[in-house]
Amino acid sequence: MKNKGKTIHRLKNYVRQPHIVISLVFLVILLIIVILPFAKMVEDSFVWQFADTRLSRDAEPGGFTLFHWKRVFDSALTQNILYRPLMNSVSTSLSVSLFAMLIGTFLAWLVSRTDLPFKKIVATMAVLPYVIPSYIHALAWLNLFKNSRIGGAVGVFQYLTGIAPPDWLSYGYFPIVTTLSIHYFPFTFLLVSAALTSIDSRLEESGEILGATRFHILRRITFPLVLPALLSSFILTFSRVLGTFGTPYFLGTPVRYYTLSTQIYTNIINRVPSVGYILAFVLIIISSAIIYMNQRMIGKSKSFVTIAGKGFRVTETPLRKLRYPLLCLIILLFIASVILPLLLLVWQTLTLYPNDYSIKHLTLLFWIGEANTAFAEGEAGILRNAAIIAAAWNSVKLALVSSVLAGFLGIFIGYAVVKGRNTKLAYAVEQMSFLPYLVPGIAFGALYLALFSHRFGPLPALYGTFTLVALVCVAKNLPFTSRAGITSMLQIGGELEEASETLGARWITRFRKIILPLSIQGAISGFILVFITVMRELSLIILLVTPETRTLTTMTFRYQEQGYTQFSSAISVLIIIIVVFGELVSRRFGKKNGI
Amino acid sequence: MARPIIEVKNLTKVFGTVVAVDNVTFSIDEKDFLILLGPSGCGKTTILRMIAGLEIPTEGEIILNDRVVFSSEKGIFVPARERDIGLVFQSYALWPHMTVSQNIAFGLKVKREASPAIKKKVNDIISYMQLEGLKDRYPQEMSGGQQQRVALARMLVSGPDILLMDEPLSNLDAKLRLDMRAEIKSIHAQTGATTVYVTHDQVEAQTMASNIAVINKGVIEQIAPPKTIYNRPANLFVADFIGSPSINMIEGTTDAGDGMVSVTNELFALTTTCRHIPADLPVVAAIRPENISIVPEEGINTVPGEVRTILPSGPETVLRVRYERYVFSLLVMQEVTLSPGQTVHLYLPPESILVFDKKTGHLLSQDE
Repeated sequence: MKNKGKTIHRLKNYVRQPHIVISLVFLVILLIIVILPFAKMVEDSFVWQFADTRLSRDAEPGGFTLFHWKRVFDSALTQNILYRPLMNSVSTSLSVSLFAMLIGTFLAWLVSRTDLPFKKIVATMAVLPYVIPSYIHALAWLNLFKNSRIGGAVGVFQYLTGIAPPDWLSYGYFPIVTTLSIHYFPFTFLLVSAALTSIDSRLEESGEILGATRFHILRRITFPLVLPALLSSFILTFSRVLGTFGTPYFLGTPVRYYTLSTQIYTNIINRVPSVGYILAFVLIIISSAIIYMNQRMIGKSKSFVTIAGKGFRVTETPLRKLRYPLLCLIILLFIASVILPLLLLVWQTLTLYPNDYSIKHLTLLFWIGEANTAFAEGEAGILRNAAIIAAAWNSVKLALVSSVLAGFLGIFIGYAVVKGRNTKLAYAVEQMSFLPYLVPGIAFGALYLALFSHRFGPLPALYGTFTLVALVCVAKNLPFTSRAGITSMLQIGGELEEASETLGARWITRFRKIILPLSIQGAISGFILVFITVMRELSLIILLVTPETRTLTTMTFRYQEQGYTQFSSAISVLIIIIVVFGELVSRRFGKKNGI
Repeated sequence: MARPIIEVKNLTKVFGTVVAVDNVTFSIDEKDFLILLGPSGCGKTTILRMIAGLEIPTEGEIILNDRVVFSSEKGIFVPARERDIGLVFQSYALWPHMTVSQNIAFGLKVKREASPAIKKKVNDIISYMQLEGLKDRYPQEMSGGQQQRVALARMLVSGPDILLMDEPLSNLDAKLRLDMRAEIKSIHAQTGATTVYVTHDQVEAQTMASNIAVINKGVIEQIAPPKTIYNRPANLFVADFIGSPSINMIEGTTDAGDGMVSVTNELFALTTTCRHIPADLPVVAAIRPENISIVPEEGINTVPGEVRTILPSGPETVLRVRYERYVFSLLVMQEVTLSPGQTVHLYLPPESILVFDKKTGHLLSQDE
């Protein structure tokens, strides 16, 4: 009896702690926005869907079936649905990771360890390709190398030379790997240069004193120390490419070069959602396994402590005769990865006729032209086009809402996790908030489609609403903002809040007057980064937007699909302007919270 | 008879499987200055935090000013903000986004005092703590000592009658620490607030406390005035923990002679002034370094030894003298003319020797 009373008292005291309440609330929220969609998706893959009646006579909507799993893993279609896309996904991802790593690492080494001229400018430029949304590189590629295979206008290359580029150059493996490598090398560059600059040169110098050659030092001392960063960038690039949708869609589908991500999209659009779900499941498993591997390896090699105090010196390797040739090479890379794509996009937006790139036919029609039935079926220029302005407004609204929400949730999660450090509850919340990171964008969209397309228990059918699109963006960015929240709470420390508690402040006051003002600094750069991410998001939301909720990115996608390349290019330019502006603003706030 | 202000009964705190505080009971009288002293990780800060209400105990009862603020039995837990205590943290925990006067005024604003009253109180405490001219500074623009003063001012401004301090001086340099000790002692004298103070610095404890609680592994080993703690440590842990250099220990067995117990082993036969200890009991004899003196020749309770090191430090000198497997520490106040390698005779006065039960560690001497 007495013991029972005590247990109740203890429970009551436990629940009275604000961070416990927050943790419990988040446990429920995270269950709904992370775990439940996954469970529903797996469940749906075992159930006959209404649309399945087209595919099988046995289909009885709502009943249990292994039909979809058989179709994916063990049928005449397996080769086309699963194996080939899987092989394509893996081969493009591997190639991109490899090239991105080579370019990024070489560049990082040049910038942080040699006497390359204009290093600071080079370091800033090197990040730019990553700021441009990846599928925009694909659009630029098409503007350059499009041949007449899929109809519509040809690219600049054929226009200027009169030679039709071969299919392998225009579509499929080669352009996908090239454009994505160009897009992702800055990622390796950032990680590896961070690792390189944190290595004390004295470690290398001591090797030199012991008589090692430069190459020997590079191989035996420097390389092992940056190895964790190399591995990380390789693996993370791999998993990101795996989940990329836009690029393989634009460059792959014209020649029926499917990857898992485009296959998911195609199946869901063609009303075989269950097959799409199973493929999404496969994608999630692969991506999770890879990231788990990375965590394991990083966890092991993190024990290298390479920072020995602040003011360490960096010995620069002299490049001698190669200084300027290498600089030229970098400038070329920069032109190919940033200038040329932008130029191609802008040029495309100014062409009156899709396949006529001549100066005399340049026009601002697609920017500011009034609706004219002679062109583009009477669509007005994008700055006058109500549909595009609505989409722009949607994009901005979506980016604002999700960055503010994700940011605030991140602060709350950070608070609850740090306050409850070392408890199972806090651990559960921390781990669950990290889960969306494991799910590639397109698969995450599929999860939400599975859960919210119909009413499910108390959860309403949100498909077609802005709320759903915002929800998916918030959830997908939660790993990032909650990390940021945890970091900033760890910096703030518990005592600052406790001090106000002993002085008589209630939790609300403590949160408002102490915690929020102290964490907002770090949160703002987080807000902006989420804003940029959402602003250029395509893979995540492509399955969820409807005409009412479409954004600039999905508009680009539709126009491109329909062959209105001037419009898609113009909107892309618009997106780049907004994103670069956001990037500049976030730099003003100084703090770099990763990518 | 002074009234107990803080009563702690059977307090226990378990973190997962670790018992941080184990069934601790003590009380603190009005205007007392209790120091919780112990090695790091011994649970002293946890006890303080439970008194403050920042940590929920697993078992036990806490009574502040006759008001039960925690009872596992009755299911009472009064949160920190309703306990009317003042707390100073080791890190000072000053809010970096508020100026000195905003930091100090916070508690009063939270309690919704009228703003003229707040202004007056803040100004008073600022001049009391000699913080004039720093009012509009932010914490990070001040020295450690100034931050410490602001933290004290913030705690004192609302006039709590219980002050809790968690190693407040450990982040200050040695000289400043001396000044602040005096300052805190005088604050205590002027406010008369009952104070609990956590530290691992025994000198701090000796100089400031009216009572010291020596804590080890979540248990109170002894709670007594500083003098008693030093001269009559209740057990071997306290004897060893208090005092620098550490107390000298000699293991042996008792040998009841003519009423006075002597401690013997294969090297020594030390006479003590202890009585009523059974014979043939394994014990530990202990003697403080300053109680050993150097004598010209052999006699009762003398030990021959070779001088190993001489460590002069200002007015006093620490000597280490070796005899067989024992190395004795001596604290000598006069000029030392010895040199290492020299042989000397140490005299261990019988009345200075404490005898502890080897098995239980408890003090056996009871010559007072």
